[in-house]
Amino acid sequence: MSKFVYVTYIQTTPEKLWEALIKPEFTKQYWVGVSQISDWKVGSSWKLEFSDGRVADTGEVLEIDPPRHLVVSWQNEFRLDLKEEGHSRATFDIERTGDLVKLTVTHEIDREGSKLIEAVSGGWPAILSGLKTLLETGKPLQGWPS
Amino acid sequence: MSMDLVFRALADPSRRRLLDLLHAKNGQTLGELCGELDMTRQAVTKHLGILEEASLVVAQKRGREKLHYINPVPINDIADRWIGKFERHRVRALADLKKMLEE
Repeated sequence: MSKFVYVTYIQTTPEKLWEALIKPEFTKQYWVGVSQISDWKVGSSWKLEFSDGRVADTGEVLEIDPPRHLVVSWQNEFRLDLKEEGHSRATFDIERTGDLVKLTVTHEIDREGSKLIEAVSGGWPAILSGLKTLLETGKPLQGWPS
Repeated sequence: MSMDLVFRALADPSRRRLLDLLHAKNGQTLGELCGELDMTRQAVTKHLGILEEASLVVAQKRGREKLHYINPVPINDIADRWIGKFERHRVRALADLKKMLEE
């Protein structure tokens, strides 16, 4: 089993965080320009799409309970060595703690030394920092001097 | 999550060593971590508690065991505060160069 767990605390509401997680107009601002495409029912297909229409990852909605819990199966589609590993599992848990909302993202696959998990582990911390900044300031993370 | 907690947690070499161990192998039990460190179980528990409070370590139950995972998000938040998105590639390139020259 290869697994990573990421946690961030965000000053927002579970409902706003849920929207920011699944709606393309939000994800495009903090998640390297990708959109999650699904009709968000158990068993529905799910995909992560780059802004130019290329498909990054595909899978299925396994569990969904807005605005608290989402599990998708997740297979890479643009790197053959990662695609060969098959489906991983990404879980999003949202819970209110005081005036903050705790987001836990778990990404796991049933194999040791997974390259897929290693690859996504480089991305998640930056995505979650960007999500936090977007929700708390209303602005995407900016690198240009203002 | 306060950055003060993160800096305080990172200020101690034993706690940085714990993060190194989890970075090398994620999802370890208290027993596994104790096996790698020259510290009492109580001391390791205390250090893990401080790391958890700063959200640098997340503990999850698996059956009767508790597995500890490194959470790099607060460190990324710190980097984002002072390193711009577009500078990051250059900073990374310099860090890679340093690593290569020192090896």
